[in-house]
Amino acid sequence: MTVPAGAYLVLSAALFTLGTVGVLVRRTALVLFMSIELMLNAVNLAFVTLARVHGDLGGQLAAFFVLVVAAVEVVVGLSILVHIFRTRDTVDVDEVDLLRG
Amino acid sequence: MGAWAVPWVVALPLAGALVNGLWGGRLGRRGVSLVACLSVLGAFLLSVALTRDLVASPGAEDRTVRLFEWIAVGDFRIPAALVWDRLAALLALVVTGVGFLIHVYSVGYMAEDPDYSRYFTYLNLFVASMLVLVLGANLLVLFVGWELVGLCSYLLIGFWFERPAAAAAGRKAFVVNRVGDAAFVLGILSTGSLLGTLDFREMARLLGEGGGGLRGHPALVTSALLLFAGATGKSAQLPLYVWLPDAMEGPTPVSALIHAATMVTAGVFLVGRLWPLFEAAGPVLPWVVAPVGAATALFAATVAVVQYDLKRVLAYSTISQLGYMFLALGVGGGTAAFFHLTTHAFFKALLFLAAGSVMHALHGQIDLRRLGGLWKSMPLTFLGFVVGAASLSGIPPLSGFWSKEEILHAAHGSGGLWLVALGTSFVTAYYATRAAVLAFLGDPQSPGRPHDPPPAMAWPLAGLVVLSAVGGFLGAKWLGAPFHAFLEPAWGGHEAPAPDLGEVALAVAVATAGVVAGWLAHRGRREPQLGPVRRALEAQWGVEALYEAAVVRPGRALAHLLSEAVDLRGVDRAASALAEAVVRAGSTIRTWQTGNVRQYAAGLLAGAVVLFAYWVLR
Amino acid sequence: MEVLLFVVSAVLSLAGGLGVVAARQPVHSALSLLVVLGALAVLYLTLAAEFLAVLQVIVYAGAIVVLFLFVIMLLHAQTPESRPSPVGAQAAVAVPLGLALWVGLSAAALQLPAPASPVPEGFGSTEAVGRELFGTFLLPFEVASLLLVVGIVAAVVLGSSPSSYERRGRER
Repeated sequence: MTVPAGAYLVLSAALFTLGTVGVLVRRTALVLFMSIELMLNAVNLAFVTLARVHGDLGGQLAAFFVLVVAAVEVVVGLSILVHIFRTRDTVDVDEVDLLRG
Repeated sequence: MGAWAVPWVVALPLAGALVNGLWGGRLGRRGVSLVACLSVLGAFLLSVALTRDLVASPGAEDRTVRLFEWIAVGDFRIPAALVWDRLAALLALVVTGVGFLIHVYSVGYMAEDPDYSRYFTYLNLFVASMLVLVLGANLLVLFVGWELVGLCSYLLIGFWFERPAAAAAGRKAFVVNRVGDAAFVLGILSTGSLLGTLDFREMARLLGEGGGGLRGHPALVTSALLLFAGATGKSAQLPLYVWLPDAMEGPTPVSALIHAATMVTAGVFLVGRLWPLFEAAGPVLPWVVAPVGAATALFAATVAVVQYDLKRVLAYSTISQLGYMFLALGVGGGTAAFFHLTTHAFFKALLFLAAGSVMHALHGQIDLRRLGGLWKSMPLTFLGFVVGAASLSGIPPLSGFWSKEEILHAAHGSGGLWLVALGTSFVTAYYATRAAVLAFLGDPQSPGRPHDPPPAMAWPLAGLVVLSAVGGFLGAKWLGAPFHAFLEPAWGGHEAPAPDLGEVALAVAVATAGVVAGWLAHRGRREPQLGPVRRALEAQWGVEALYEAAVVRPGRALAHLLSEAVDLRGVDRAASALAEAVVRAGSTIRTWQTGNVRQYAAGLLAGAVVLFAYWVLR
Repeated sequence: MEVLLFVVSAVLSLAGGLGVVAARQPVHSALSLLVVLGALAVLYLTLAAEFLAVLQVIVYAGAIVVLFLFVIMLLHAQTPESRPSPVGAQAAVAVPLGLALWVGLSAAALQLPAPASPVPEGFGSTEAVGRELFGTFLLPFEVASLLLVVGIVAAVVLGSSPSSYERRGRER
């Protein structure tokens, strides 16, 4: 590996941070979801990098499972989102505050 | 009969109480009566056998039975133990013997009462408790019995608890006794810490040989005073006597057994049991016990003169006679005191049972002003009452004469007290005669057709008549004075009764004078006015009023204060304040729940960063 | 060569990430996400994870992003993307926090030693991954399939139109 593993990891951290900021800043539910996907992918990158570093396929398998779960999560999440939209006619996350005490 | 039988003396009545208590309903009246009476009879027979054994084998004097190790703290050990020595034997015989007679009497007396089994349960329990008291080998076991009889007394005085007067009387008895008991407990503690033991034989040994340097020791004196204070409560002496007259609210057999023959003698028994301690406690006996006894005797006798409730006359009479017993103890006449205890049990129980027969025949009427003319319709009862009253007054050759004479003889040396005793004798004869005249003679004041009681009640009455009449001969010198021979070894000393004829004649003369005075004053149902004296007597020389002002009213005020100020305003408010604080805190924290997803995420992130930083920097 | 590939892909992924987060229109965000996914696939290739790279393209880029686009289209008419005012406040909090996070993560990451050992032949190939999957990771595999079933059921139930759903409910 001519490119040091550290670079990959720093990149992964950066993407993760971007995703986090996105979750915190955006109000549109859809973009929120996409930011979460970004975070997941960043984590996957880290997993794969470390798999390469240690010669252990376990990291890749982990990334594999993350992938599968992310898929399911997107499906269910978006279904719920559609429902919320149908009932409340908005996708603004701030307006879904029924849990307010 | 070995020592193994001793616990059974207690166990039999206790078992009777349990059986009647748990299954009384199913046994029916006959079953309950059989269980109750037979258990006491069994205890009596065992006592007789054990006593015979005791007398027969003087070498093996006492039988002590250890039941189990009760308290064991380092070197200090108190077993739960019973002892069968002469003093215990005497009291056990009296308790079970007279107790049995009264049980039989109760079968007749309480025949109509709906709470039949409850009555006999309590009565048996009382007998068992009294036996624990009497047979206890150390102060603590005695105290257990002491408290238990107090409880039974409360339960039986307030037996008809739906009657407010009865409930109040039970309460009063318990509370006043409690005061005495507080002193008693302090006395126990004091004695135990001073002597290092509570066992009677140990104490006798420690204090016996010359007192072991403890004679007159202030701690010993204090212990004796405290213990005596406890005794005054239970034995209704001044100033803790006030519960006894009110205790007459209970069923009459109860009054006979508990408040005449047995429980109230517990104080006398206590002093007798702790004789070595009292003897070594210097001035206590002659300067406290005897005067209190004498004063109480006179006081109570005078108050008895103006009572209209026949049972109250007898109650005050009991207080007075108990005073005689304490007087005897105070002047060193231990045997005399217990002799009087025994004869008093006979004739006082007789008097109460006779009164009970009257009440039974006249449907609860006991006011002297409403009685009368019963000598014709209730001859047996009349005989019983007369014998009892004469014995009480000390008319020879009845039993009371013998024991009272001994007490007077013992008190002869202490001038003032002897005069008081003699004077009390006069008053005693007076009120006894008054009661007899007003209750039985003259014309009937109440409607109804009274008759002598049924066999269940009549036989015990007859038995007690016999005992009251001839019981005194147990102390007759010319018969070998078996009573004294029996009891004397308990004090280790020798004290043969030997009054001279002059004394005897004087005593008899005084008693007779009292009878005559009573007859003259009250025949034809007259009631001399006596003006202000009467008023003073009726108010019991102001004792009750004093208690009301000094104890009852401040007590109620304090209770009111505590409930209003402390409880309502203080505690309740603190509790509500706490609750309010919690609610307010909750409302505040509530506002943190915004329901905003992004804020929650932000929070999560912040937390994660902190954790991560900590991790990395560690 | 490798370095060039890395740099290009890294830059692309970062640009895409920024796009996801910052784009006004959701469609633009979705497309940016696509770019990120592609760049990452290339990076996976450089990391000897060929199977995963292909999977990434097929599942993520091919299915998930498509799903997103479908939903965006479905809700498109109702998504006003006016610049929301409270964003300012949130950003003030989020950005510093994010920077802190990045710095921290990087610091931690760089502490890791990097054994640059050559990888065995066939590392990351389909066969190798398959062996691991059905060997060591059999249980997670089965659980994951269960999860997929759950997802499907959820999708069907949640996805059916509300009227027919309620009707089914009232019939019970």
